Amino acid sequence: METLALLADGFATSLLPLNLMIVILGVTAGLFIGAMPGLGSVNGVAIVLPLTFIVPPSSAIILLAAIYYGAMYGGAVSSVLLGIPGASTAVATTFDGRPMAQQGKAGLALIAAATASFVGGTISVVLFTMFAAPLADVALAFGPAEEFALVLLAFTTFVGLGGDDVPKTIVMICLGLVLSTVGLDLISGQPRLIFGDLPGFYSGISFLVLAIGAYGVGEILYTIEKSRTSPTVTPAKITFKELGYGLRRMNQMWKTMSLGSFLGFFVGMLPAAGATPAALMAYGVARQTSKEPDSFGKGNIEGVAAPETANNAASTGSLLPMLTLGIPGSPTTALLLGGMVMWGLVPGPMLFIEQPDFVWGLISSLYTANFAAVVINIALIPLFVWALRMPFAVLCAIVMVLCIVGGFAPSQKLHDVWLIIAFGVGGYLLRKADYPLAPLVLALVLGPLMEKSFRQTLIAEQGNVLAFFERPLSATFLCLAIVFFIWPLVGLLFTRDHKDHPHVPSKRPKFARTNKT
Amino acid sequence: MLVADRIIALGIMALSAYFMWHAAELPIGWNAMTGGPGGGAFPFWLSAIMMLAALSILVRTFRYEPPEKGSDQPFFDTVMLPSVIKVTAALIITVALIPYVGAYIALPLFVFWYVKIYGKHGWTITLSLTVGIPVFLFFFFEATLKILLPKGFTEPYFFPLYAMFF
Repeated sequence: METLALLADGFATSLLPLNLMIVILGVTAGLFIGAMPGLGSVNGVAIVLPLTFIVPPSSAIILLAAIYYGAMYGGAVSSVLLGIPGASTAVATTFDGRPMAQQGKAGLALIAAATASFVGGTISVVLFTMFAAPLADVALAFGPAEEFALVLLAFTTFVGLGGDDVPKTIVMICLGLVLSTVGLDLISGQPRLIFGDLPGFYSGISFLVLAIGAYGVGEILYTIEKSRTSPTVTPAKITFKELGYGLRRMNQMWKTMSLGSFLGFFVGMLPAAGATPAALMAYGVARQTSKEPDSFGKGNIEGVAAPETANNAASTGSLLPMLTLGIPGSPTTALLLGGMVMWGLVPGPMLFIEQPDFVWGLISSLYTANFAAVVINIALIPLFVWALRMPFAVLCAIVMVLCIVGGFAPSQKLHDVWLIIAFGVGGYLLRKADYPLAPLVLALVLGPLMEKSFRQTLIAEQGNVLAFFERPLSATFLCLAIVFFIWPLVGLLFTRDHKDHPHVPSKRPKFARTNKT
Repeated sequence: MLVADRIIALGIMALSAYFMWHAAELPIGWNAMTGGPGGGAFPFWLSAIMMLAALSILVRTFRYEPPEKGSDQPFFDTVMLPSVIKVTAALIITVALIPYVGAYIALPLFVFWYVKIYGKHGWTITLSLTVGIPVFLFFFFEATLKILLPKGFTEPYFFPLYAMFF
């Protein structure tokens, strides 16, 4: 009941004309960003973040969350119309969305995707509302030891569940953590890793610089290399008759959609998993539980609905640990976290006590964003068809200029712009060599917290390392972390017994990769 | 792919060695006074782990039998690689120009190059972008956010505009 009262207060904030306008603007921008092949929610948030200084911090977060939300809807549009996923989260939507479009049912596929996204979004937002306050209460008991253990756990989930090559994941986590230590030492105040006394490094490397570099410049370079042939846009028209038919069809799929929502929500909460694997899992489950599994991949409407519910649910799910514990569940939420810290709002349990207006305003804005997204999505389909015909060079030029100016604006140093280009080229090369980028960004955002909590604990306990295991919560997290870390090693031994040596060692299926979430 | 894998692994090892060298300027051992690691310990030992992980990637590429000829995919798409290099070079030149000629000359030049010369699009779209983008940047960043972009030698030409908006 208390939650409902808080939520009602939240609506008082999120229904303010400014915030309502921001939600509509953010969702529309997100829909377009998501629909553009090569740009997903994480790229959109990275590029738009520096532009959000124009509104107050709490509205800025609502704007970014709305973009995140809209991009999840938008990803399906190019999956259906172009046959290439608009964001990696919409990969599974192409499996059945593309065949449907080729059979002339593009409009129906888009309606299915939008409604499924709405259902997934709504179920997960309700789950979010239920879990947020209790989880924040648990997190109130956290001291530095628990914080350290939790961050470590977040990183080990990448090793154990991330689905990427294990040594490469470890390299990226360490690189992110080392980059986060650049600047002044938190405890002794001495400068470190300033690389030949360059003054630009004294203030450290901002997560924004890495994010714009890797997800802005790097992503565009990656897309340029992949864009050898330009895809053809399948036209889609939507009539009210079709809309009615689509909604009736969706009404028969409650089982698939609720399953996808719950699956997406809980998978989305894990730092290493996120929306892409959640969508693939939901697709798999829908096929297995279907009465006619053979029709999947040939234009089954359920094959569009299942992944779309899951990826929207996962995006909400990944916001939960970010807001309550301060541990982001996806690269996009890592950027939101970084943005909040930049604006002086420190995510975590204290936020629920100190800034209830903001927290519940944000949560209630997810409801309005969800509603706005489904309406705008269906209404703007003709516009998407037109926008997808936009020359790719135009989009690239605009994004590159925004990367340069957006990287310069926050601290007004050209040094940061040079770093962005370096990270862009570096990120592009690393991504091509199958190094996952998500743990890198997460490590840079969480690095300072990890080091500070580790050293604070040790100082408080006079150097007793066992202190981490003496507190029950922190011991539980650490044991879980150890399990996740050992998990792939067990898997390695298992495959060795079978003498199954792949050439280029990427042991786990490629589709589970989570470069973008 | 295999060669690229090795080069990148070696590069990461060199990078971690460089990080370790810099991190060692601060104490990397256990500080007996406060009972915690020194200021350089965190970056130093993490770089060490990074180096070991990169080493294992390198070693692994030698342990597996080499793939048959032709089955190993090339690292770069040779047709598109020149485009990637061109765009990167254009970006570097643009950023290098910014302190001298200012953002309002460097960025439109980049857009013009990208859309007209690299993208081979028509004049209408090129001109609307090269004019539209700087106008948007000025009103968004300078007039609204009061964030001044670098102008280089073009600074004096902006004084009348400043007088209007500030």
